[in-house]
Amino acid sequence: MSDVIGYMLIVLGILFNLFGCIGLVRFPDVYNRLQASTKCVTLGTILLLIGVALASGSGAMAAKAVVCAVFILATSPTAAHAIAKGAYASGVALWEKTIVDRYGEHLKEKS
Amino acid sequence: MQILMQSFYLGLCACCFMCLYRIGLGPSAPDRTVAIDILGVIVVGFCALLGLATGQDFYLTVALAWALLSFIGTIALAKFLEGRSFDE
Repeated sequence: MSDVIGYMLIVLGILFNLFGCIGLVRFPDVYNRLQASTKCVTLGTILLLIGVALASGSGAMAAKAVVCAVFILATSPTAAHAIAKGAYASGVALWEKTIVDRYGEHLKEKS
Repeated sequence: MQILMQSFYLGLCACCFMCLYRIGLGPSAPDRTVAIDILGVIVVGFCALLGLATGQDFYLTVALAWALLSFIGTIALAKFLEGRSFDE
């Protein structure tokens, strides 16, 4: 039973990974790509790891998979935040159809 | 079961190639950094899948180490993009 649930979670996770990577290829600028790909791929890989933990059944493997999932849940959004800040600071232009830029307004207010 | 596993590998390989496309053609440095970060996370999933297929749990250890190294590398690249030195 837990085998079937595990494999279903793995299929779902790989679908999320695929959609995130399609967003990485198709979207127009850095910030849209970051927003699409980071969230989708984080969730997809966590689902994949939990699926592996359920499907494997062996103690050590399941424990390591869960530890890895928690680690990715903590680090991947942090890395995305750092990249977004670095991209803005390095002067990458927004997409021309962007309508709001709160971070830029905040920086202008502060200076 | 073999066909299921092979379709999993195929899906993750497609993800890796899309990331490599973005690393190769990304117009700016942050694009490439995003793609490198995503590629690291996908390879962690690939290692876990290999561990499930072979039944050996050291693949999960590789996945843990890969996640740690990918995170540190991404943070270093982001600081480099921001124009700060690494010990700030």
